[in-house]
Amino acid sequence: MKIKNIIITFVSAIAILFSTSVVSFAKVVGDKIILGAAISLTGKYSSNGVHTQNGYNMAVDRINEMGGVKVGGKTYKFDIIYYDDESNPKRAAQLAERLISQDGVEFMLGPYSSGLTKAIAPVTEKYGVPMVEANGASRSLFTKGYKYLFAVLAPANLYLDVAIETAVALNGGKGVRIAQAFEQDAFSQDVRLGILDAAERTGSKIIIDDKLPKELNDMAATLAKVKAVKPDVLVVSGHTKGALTAIRQIAEMKVDVPMLAMTHCDAAKLSKQHGKNSQYALCASQWHKTLTYKDDFFKDGMTYAADFEKLFGYDPPYQSAESSAALLVFKDAFERANTFDQKKVRDALAATNMQTFYGNIKFAEGGQNVDKPMVLFQVMCDDAGKCENKVVAPLKWASAELIHPIPKWSER
Amino acid sequence: MNKNIILYGAILIFGIAAPFIFPAFKVQLSILCILIILAITWNVQGGEMGYNTFGNILFYGLGMYLCASVQVGMFFPLGEWTEGGGEKTFVHTPAQFFQGFAVGLAVAAVVPAIVAGLIGYSILGLRGHYFAICTLGLGVAAGEISGGIEIIGAGQGFTTPPFPNVDRLEARGEFFYFCSFIVLVFTFLAVKAIYSTRFKLVLNAIRDNEDKAEAMGIQTMKYKIIGWMISAFFCGLAGGIMGGLVGYIDSTDVAFDGREMGVFMVLMAILGGKGTLWGPVIGATLFHIFKEGFWTFFLGWQYVALGVLIVVIVIYFPEGIMGWLREKYPERFGEVVDEADRKAQVTLK
Amino acid sequence: MLTLQAVLDGLLLGILFALIAYGMALQWGVMNIINIAQGDLVILGGYIAYFMYLYGIHPAWGVIVSPIIMYFVGVIIYKLVINKVVDRDLFISILATFGISILFMQLMNFAFGADVVLANSGYGTTMLFDNSVTLPNSKIFSAFISIVFAIGLVIYMKKSKLGRAIRATAQNARAAKILGVDTEKVYAATFGINAALCGVAGALISITFTIHPYMGLPYTIRSFMIVIVAGLGNLPGVAMSGMGLGVFEEFADYILGTEFRIGSVFLLLVLILVYRRFKLSRKREYLK
Repeated sequence: MKIKNIIITFVSAIAILFSTSVVSFAKVVGDKIILGAAISLTGKYSSNGVHTQNGYNMAVDRINEMGGVKVGGKTYKFDIIYYDDESNPKRAAQLAERLISQDGVEFMLGPYSSGLTKAIAPVTEKYGVPMVEANGASRSLFTKGYKYLFAVLAPANLYLDVAIETAVALNGGKGVRIAQAFEQDAFSQDVRLGILDAAERTGSKIIIDDKLPKELNDMAATLAKVKAVKPDVLVVSGHTKGALTAIRQIAEMKVDVPMLAMTHCDAAKLSKQHGKNSQYALCASQWHKTLTYKDDFFKDGMTYAADFEKLFGYDPPYQSAESSAALLVFKDAFERANTFDQKKVRDALAATNMQTFYGNIKFAEGGQNVDKPMVLFQVMCDDAGKCENKVVAPLKWASAELIHPIPKWSER
Repeated sequence: MNKNIILYGAILIFGIAAPFIFPAFKVQLSILCILIILAITWNVQGGEMGYNTFGNILFYGLGMYLCASVQVGMFFPLGEWTEGGGEKTFVHTPAQFFQGFAVGLAVAAVVPAIVAGLIGYSILGLRGHYFAICTLGLGVAAGEISGGIEIIGAGQGFTTPPFPNVDRLEARGEFFYFCSFIVLVFTFLAVKAIYSTRFKLVLNAIRDNEDKAEAMGIQTMKYKIIGWMISAFFCGLAGGIMGGLVGYIDSTDVAFDGREMGVFMVLMAILGGKGTLWGPVIGATLFHIFKEGFWTFFLGWQYVALGVLIVVIVIYFPEGIMGWLREKYPERFGEVVDEADRKAQVTLK
Repeated sequence: MLTLQAVLDGLLLGILFALIAYGMALQWGVMNIINIAQGDLVILGGYIAYFMYLYGIHPAWGVIVSPIIMYFVGVIIYKLVINKVVDRDLFISILATFGISILFMQLMNFAFGADVVLANSGYGTTMLFDNSVTLPNSKIFSAFISIVFAIGLVIYMKKSKLGRAIRATAQNARAAKILGVDTEKVYAATFGINAALCGVAGALISITFTIHPYMGLPYTIRSFMIVIVAGLGNLPGVAMSGMGLGVFEEFADYILGTEFRIGSVFLLLVLILVYRRFKLSRKREYLK
């Protein structure tokens, strides 16, 4: 019966382990404001998770270099505790809980992807921890009445709205026939809702409506259908994998559609990986470096892009830009609140009305950013095969004219 | 016997006091309880019956979706709740929340058990690795298919009802901790009770040689199905609680999470020692601590550490901790060992 | 036309799956090992081809370079881990290779980055029936290469000394040992050959689809399925069931909808097993 003794020792050992592993990070230690973030460093969203993290890190360094945050006459510096959420909502929710209750974090930054944000938001809301998130665009996040959630980006349903409207306008105001394929995740499905709304509004018809499983990297079947029914617009959304797969197979199967609208083109480095095959793809983006917004920290989009490239070696996708903007919003709110009281910081956040290099930021009741339109860019290549993303809508920033309809493959 | 009572008393008291001693770890402790439940129930199949299943995740996920759907469906139209990724907001009153959760848990326990009974006859006729792979396929298929069903949120996930607004901030953590702890105690006692009956001997007979057991006149299929139903019952309960705890159900990543939970429950049982009562408990506890430790100290490298850990466990400790202890201190397990005989066996090897 | 397109797509896809499954069948039959890391070996092979592409070498050469490198990777894995689980319960091998699998995923994530990547072969497209059926040449190329490797391996197994030793070990390891076959070496070679096949498949996948460190598992599970349907040691069966699976996937996609594509594959796996179980149980036998 001595085995029971072993068990007793074992249980007490665990007790000791638990009690000693409480490493207490307070919200503000010395001159540091500690923010918590769960980021997908591994798993299926890891590429975008890294874009997000790079964006956060760059902004933290920049703000700290340029004097930090002044609260109550004292200067503070930002610091972020990262955890890896493994692209898994369950893990993300646990980590939020852990950041708040174990590590004592009082201000949070968002994770990557809508699904994970949906998992984290109830936790931050419960503890009254203000969270500025940059990558959770799902519309349902903003209809739940969350008070502590602020998103610097426009909701997902607006992503490709413009594309449909443009297509309808070019069609002489008559409805178009839409084929769509969306990945089975919260973000892409929300983009789909946006398309459904737009279709209803414009009297367009949806003729193919496919949902791609998360693990799938083959859309030949969907594209074969598209080829057979010849829609006016093909919409594809499935994070980076969806964008890359779609372009590869559209080019290989020579699918001719007058308009191809997608998401995540810049994160997928579409123009680099596919070269001329990606030409004419129309992409929804929260941000583009040629937009003319300005702020004191990153100056403007072009400077941001250049600095980012110097640091990380690639052109910043919008995921990085919006993540950097989240830090600017926090800094601004802390300074206006002039305190670290969560409620007051929350109120300051709610009253945010500022311009960053990324765009104007002003939060609506639900927490979404209403002061920043989506942009659409089109991948355009010169004869040498060098491709660039050029903004085509809205017209205010357009640097090129939309090419419509896309030339047939046989004529390229 | 006396010592036993002291031990169980101590653990019970520790369990009740834990959330107050370590208030910051409530969620961790709740998850630990759930992991232990899963490991114990896996052990009924894998350890006692010799049927290495990857399919218990099916019941866990089923329980999760059922509990949440019932909790919502009792008071609000489920279709509207999940429409558009859960855009519309319905608020449960505290009474509705708790009633719904209780009924939900009951359904989450009973339905998976019935499902296990229904599919048991077909699936449990397979043996060895065919059984393992068939159950793996079941788990993955369930995840993919539930991800296509609109009424439970499909790809957008299912946000479970938020905990009602009561004044205390800690209430939610405590509620879910005690739910999972009570279910854990219930599971443990039930399994312990079962293990002291003839039923366990039958399961062991099936594990050791199913054909002979059948030749002895045991209706092996009946016992296998009952064993699976018991597992399914508790897995469903664990899933239901986990759903409420996480607050957001995604078909492949949270509910039918075969690649994580489904494999972890096996590892935990093996780490602790399969075929023992305490093994899964110890295994799950250690595993959880390891994992949390890796998370904190090897950011980004946790999978590497976990992968190495798994390989080491299965290569060097296939008998698990309890098996190792039993080898080392057989007397403490109530086994009488003839020292001379043991030595003779060792030299034979 | 849509039907023809689906059948052709499915066949080309299925041949690729069959190549992966072929390696799985080989090691399963010879060593009684189920390798969960199969898909991750495939992805690793794909990265080799991708890196060649990055450095300006045509990725098609990957089908030669990748298996050579992967052979050694396979042998190393065997020496480090697999040789300790060969004689053990099959379940132990499942778990050990699961450990290897998550280890590999993570290491690939560190080594190659998390981006989804692909290698462009620059092959064009074959169009049939006035552009209504399109077959990407890269897919035809990969199917062709798969067939070449599969046939080459069958001949190698039949003719070469090592091949015969492998088959002998598969039939009866103990007897082979008594007759002077170095089974340890045979096992290492088998696992190496399996890894090399994965390498070929990976290189082909990087040319035809996309690769990502965390994309391995679906390939593993599909190859399980193919092997189980075909039965062990039935190589033509593996090819047939591979192609059958490819076609089934495409049709499931059309008929049930894309969202149920992968789910229906796994449901099919379960149904086939259950069907076989009932067929056997009439003779009071069982699947083991």
